[in-house]
Amino acid sequence: MTEKKLKVLAASSGGGHWEQLMAMRGAFEGCDIVFATTIPGLLAKYDIRDGLVLPDCSRDSITMSIRCFFSAFAIVIKQRPDVVISTGAAPGLFCLLAGKLTGKRTIWIDSVANVEKLSLSGKLAGRIATLWLTQWQHLSRPDGPHYAGAVL
Amino acid sequence: MILVTVGTQLPFDRLVKAVDTFAKDLTRPVLAQIGKGSYTPQNMKWIKNIEPADFDSVFRDATVIVSHAGIGTVLTAKRFGKPIILVPRQASLGEHRNDHQLATVGQLAGRPGIYVAHSDEDLKNYLLDDLDSPSREDPSEVGRASLVNYLKGYLATV
Repeated sequence: MTEKKLKVLAASSGGGHWEQLMAMRGAFEGCDIVFATTIPGLLAKYDIRDGLVLPDCSRDSITMSIRCFFSAFAIVIKQRPDVVISTGAAPGLFCLLAGKLTGKRTIWIDSVANVEKLSLSGKLAGRIATLWLTQWQHLSRPDGPHYAGAVL
Repeated sequence: MILVTVGTQLPFDRLVKAVDTFAKDLTRPVLAQIGKGSYTPQNMKWIKNIEPADFDSVFRDATVIVSHAGIGTVLTAKRFGKPIILVPRQASLGEHRNDHQLATVGQLAGRPGIYVAHSDEDLKNYLLDDLDSPSREDPSEVGRASLVNYLKGYLATV
């Protein structure tokens, strides 16, 4: 009998967050991986066939945020991942929150663009994530976020 | 070809205008992706956005990238082994919500293949130079491998 593969949902916004997620995709080798991002064309750019599209949102729009949250929740319920991982920003945080509420392991890797302090999403992720990482050694703290390397 | 790119989220007319102003003095043709900018370049080729499907070929054709200090573009330049010149957006000029791009270039300056232009003159001089590409032995690869291995190890325990 073959062991069931670990199912991982990796979600991020388009742009820099996505490029960072792609730079660490080697970590998902051997997993049953599902990617989700906010710009559909980015999936094709990396030859990802069964990727999912998340609605974008920002802290400026409450309607979009609510839509994004429900969409993230629907994805987590449907995909039933064992682990939810994100490099940000708000749409990824919503996926983590949905993962947390449904009892999944959750990993947050704060964007390498946050050099001086964590992003707002990154700070909030600290309350949700089972593994909470920063990509800058000088931002790491004993109680998290921790530092384990960086894509840049 | 020199590729100027400002990303898709915010305009960056200061950068586009600066390169357009001295584009005629450069030895290589320029292609500028101007995004949401309202300044129309007069002396160089320009497009609003690069379609994701065309992105790879445009990057492959470029000999040097000029960009805002966005992590996405820095990682892409690294992936294609191209030198990149960064012009940080400044909050005081209304170019971003805050000055995190200044902090980013503060950390990245001096890395292999990464150049930071703090003035139009800096930028022009870099574009007239033959800039070194990031080397294969880029030290940041160590950090990336470390992060990937750490995540792999963590996922193995789930």
